Amino acid sequence: MSEATVLGGQEVVGVGRIEGPIMVVEGASNVSYDEVVEIQDVRGDTRRGRVLEVGEGFAVVQVFAGSTGLSIDGTRVRFLGNTLHMPVAEEMLGRIFDGLGTPIDGGPEPLTDVYRDVNGQPINPTARIYPRDYIQTGISTIDGVNTLLRGQKLPLFSGAGMPHDQLAAQIVRQATLGRVAGAPQTEGEEFAIVFAAMGVKNDVADYFRKSFTESGALTRVAMFLNLADDPPVERIVTPRAALTLAEYLAYDLGKHVLVVLTDMTNYGEALRQISNVRGEVPSRKGYPGYLYSDLASLYERTGRIRTSEGSITQIPILTMPNDDMTHPMPDLTGYITEGQIVLGRELYYAGVYPPVTVLPSLSRLMKDGIGKGRTRDDHPRWGAQLYAGYAKTQDIRALASVIGEEELSEVDQKYLKFGRAFEREFVNQAFTENRTIERTLEIGWKLLSMLPKGELTRVTLDEIKQYYKGDDASS
Amino acid sequence: MANEVGTITWISGPVVRARGSRHVGMLELVEVGQDRLVGEVIGLKGDQMTVQVYEETAGMQPGAPIYGTGLPLSVELGPGLIQSIYDGVQRPLPLIEQAMGSFINRGARFDSISREKKWKYTPKANVGDEVKGGTILGVAMETDTFEHRVMVHPDDKGTLTWVAPAGEYTVNDTIAKIKTGKEEKSVTMLQRWPVRRPRPFVQRRGANIPLITGQRILDTFFPVAKGGAAGIPGPFGSGKTVTQHSIAKWADAEVIVYIGCGERGNEMTEVLQEFPHLVDPRSGRPLMERTVLIANTSNMPVAAREASIYTGITIAEYYRDMGYHVALMADSTSRWAEALREVSGRLEEMPAEEGYPAYLAGRLAEFYERAGYVDNLNGSQGSVSIVGAVSPPGGDFSEPVTQHTKRFIRCFWALDKSLASARHFPAINWLDSYSEYIEDVGNWWREKTGKDWLAMRTKAMELLSEEARLSQIVKLVGPDALPYAERMVLETSRLIREGILQQNATDSVDAYSSVEKQIRLLELVLYFHERGMAIVKRGAPINLIHDLPVVDTIIRAKSSVTNEEINKLDDIQKMIDQQMGQLDAEYR
Ligand SMILES: Nc1ncnc2c1ncn2[C@@H]1O[C@H](COP(=O)(O)OP(=O)(O)O)[C@@H](O)[C@H]1O
Ligand SMILES: [Mg+2]
Repeated sequence: MSEATVLGGQEVVGVGRIEGPIMVVEGASNVSYDEVVEIQDVRGDTRRGRVLEVGEGFAVVQVFAGSTGLSIDGTRVRFLGNTLHMPVAEEMLGRIFDGLGTPIDGGPEPLTDVYRDVNGQPINPTARIYPRDYIQTGISTIDGVNTLLRGQKLPLFSGAGMPHDQLAAQIVRQATLGRVAGAPQTEGEEFAIVFAAMGVKNDVADYFRKSFTESGALTRVAMFLNLADDPPVERIVTPRAALTLAEYLAYDLGKHVLVVLTDMTNYGEALRQISNVRGEVPSRKGYPGYLYSDLASLYERTGRIRTSEGSITQIPILTMPNDDMTHPMPDLTGYITEGQIVLGRELYYAGVYPPVTVLPSLSRLMKDGIGKGRTRDDHPRWGAQLYAGYAKTQDIRALASVIGEEELSEVDQKYLKFGRAFEREFVNQAFTENRTIERTLEIGWKLLSMLPKGELTRVTLDEIKQYYKGDDASS
Repeated sequence: MANEVGTITWISGPVVRARGSRHVGMLELVEVGQDRLVGEVIGLKGDQMTVQVYEETAGMQPGAPIYGTGLPLSVELGPGLIQSIYDGVQRPLPLIEQAMGSFINRGARFDSISREKKWKYTPKANVGDEVKGGTILGVAMETDTFEHRVMVHPDDKGTLTWVAPAGEYTVNDTIAKIKTGKEEKSVTMLQRWPVRRPRPFVQRRGANIPLITGQRILDTFFPVAKGGAAGIPGPFGSGKTVTQHSIAKWADAEVIVYIGCGERGNEMTEVLQEFPHLVDPRSGRPLMERTVLIANTSNMPVAAREASIYTGITIAEYYRDMGYHVALMADSTSRWAEALREVSGRLEEMPAEEGYPAYLAGRLAEFYERAGYVDNLNGSQGSVSIVGAVSPPGGDFSEPVTQHTKRFIRCFWALDKSLASARHFPAINWLDSYSEYIEDVGNWWREKTGKDWLAMRTKAMELLSEEARLSQIVKLVGPDALPYAERMVLETSRLIREGILQQNATDSVDAYSSVEKQIRLLELVLYFHERGMAIVKRGAPINLIHDLPVVDTIIRAKSSVTNEEINKLDDIQKMIDQQMGQLDAEYR
């Protein structure tokens, strides 16, 4: 990036105080809030930072690469006169960048004169288009009961060791624009993919790279990598850099963009670290009080706007510490995003892939992208019925564990069978299996047909007549 | 108008410190920096002032000027509010889009109310009349059917010396002149009011008319009165927003003020795109024609989020003063409280619980106090009802915002994660929720429906709490161990849960239930219970009742019987009679 050459600036030698990634610079004037700085250590190496707070004659600077090796006397600080900007260009697809957006694939800096502020700007609600077009991911637990729409932000809530990366890779590989059940598949334009890694291990990044290569998507992917051994503070910028490119691709060039951010939990840690060093009043678990607003400034950079054909769909990945969904990171994420896909340990140990626990999972936008003229008329009620049935199965399982399965009523036993089949046939599918929406609906009806008709109060009588295949003769 | 009053000395996010004049007032509106961003003075000490800035401060430098305005943060009030969408400090978002494109830039300056638009105005007062604050001078047609009653500013009074004839006027045109002592003042349709100051009224009245929302679990089970305050706390994804939207759509208020406070942009877009196409069941007009939207989404500047609540409530009070019933939705008050916390943190104030400032409870109280059913200055009656969503971290209701809110509301709609997971919507837990308006609105129900709602509601609640108790036993020993009479309670409770409490906001019939439909459904279920109980007590096996075809019919009635044809519920009662009658005969 080249603000320095473009903008010039002013320079200070020697800093007042250094503490963790935070540095207090004295004696500078005309410093702006949120301005970018370039820091040169005694050896002449440079790193970058950002002004977090500014007063008369001093500035508090956050150093992206951390302060290791910086000294009080020898450090030169140059204020670059602008907020953090980055170049954006279509040719960035197919390229790999570090967490601040500098190429690390040996290729040249993107050739462009379009520079954008990485913080972005809020979309005016009047300028948005409400998402309505569903994305067929080929995964029943998503397409069937937690449908993803173009322009939606839908995170994966997972835990250490679970196959969230595989699921994300499968979604990216299989995602196509949805169509009405029964209609022929049209060849739509393929998604551009922006991938941001924050603090994940190298093999995670490699896994995704390999997966993009195998599916032939690599030329449509821009990767921003801040890996586990990269400076943690840089992580604050990584998703912003990725989203800045995504916005350019979607809203300037009209592309449909899928953004995968992993792992947001590491991002949150970095934020917490800076907050703690600054001695800010924490809210929960040491996270700063502004965590919600900060996360919103990332997640809200999703959607569609009226002046462009394009869209940004976000799939952030979070590993929940201790699988705890009430931890501030998943909790505040869930408050901002438009639902969540939750992976569960129990299903995972039972060998179910993808181990999506459907009950706590949700797609808030599903209701607007399915049903008549979008997927199929019965879809919303069918989904509610599957949920209700599976929820009831959970209660019956609890009861069975107390009184024994044989003691259950005939209907309850049917629920148990339904529940098992639901996990094995509906939730479970192969990593390579790409189910059509028709197939997903068909499996669901097959399962519902295991229950007596009288239990199916969420679907209409006509739908029962049309799709129910059970041998229940009553009612 | 604005003169330089200080120089910036420190900037941290939305909070700026400056040094300068000692004449700047607390809560004065100021303009900050060369870009003249809007801010408000929130602290004064000697020649130091602290300002919260309602726009992004990136790029601002110490040494930059601050300009005073001499005025507190205020809203503009007049015709044109309805159908508008504003940000937290009442800037019209459509104009911002026109001028700046799809993204919100800094430094936008627009009139909140159009100066050009002409309104059809009819005077209602005469020269020589003695007028005072609130007196209605005339009416402007704000939509084809909505009368905007133009009032004398609460601080003014005197004798009318001139009255504009009926005609078309802009909000800048003089529509009357008022003489007080020697001074004569020209009055327009536009007034300003400081948002943090409640608009005056004569006195509060008891709140005993329910705000009918068309939502069965609210109206039938946990009603809020017109002029009352309700809180709806719940973890993420449990239904706060859908419930608030449903109330905004169907509540029998004449004006709706909907504040999207620190929530999603898409949700505001949804309202904007949906409301113009939905028809108010009472007026027959598009819902948008009674709605004012305030949108300060989660990614918009945090200080303006704090202001958005006050902007909204002031607009609500203004329509109340005209004699209207106004319902205000705030989604979510927790995000507003967090905005307080964020600013307080930057000021390095001493935190109380969970980092919130000690004045959190006071601010919440002030807000909910602005609800009320009142006698207005002009003799009319109006009300502001408040429904505040609360977003407790981790869904834990013991956190400060939920706990303090509970002290200032009288109606608590507790959303429940496990109900939401089972797709039981609205996921309002009937055992944890309460309303303190139940006794107050009982009379209204009797007069309106001629039925003893109070007794029926009590009976249904008894059944539901009995069900909860029995479920504990069932969990240990299974249902078969229970006597038939108790299993009958389970059967009926299921009908209450699935046939009444569950209400699908996306089903065109089910989304809104008229009062008549609500009471008839309840009556029907209780009738089923009474008949069934009599039969099982005589020894009929419970599964015979369970398997009656009418059970399914009752559960489906909410969406199969429209509000216009509730006499179809009589047919269902006949089905009960017929099917129960057969069993009755068999077990005599
Ligand atoms: N009354 C209802 N009818 C149908 N669906 C509902 C209802 N209430 C909530 N939902 C479902 O629950 C989801 C989450 O509700 P929402 O109001 O967005 O939650 P919150 O605001 O509490 O986070 C919605 O997207 C919708 O699918
Ligand atoms: Mg919500």
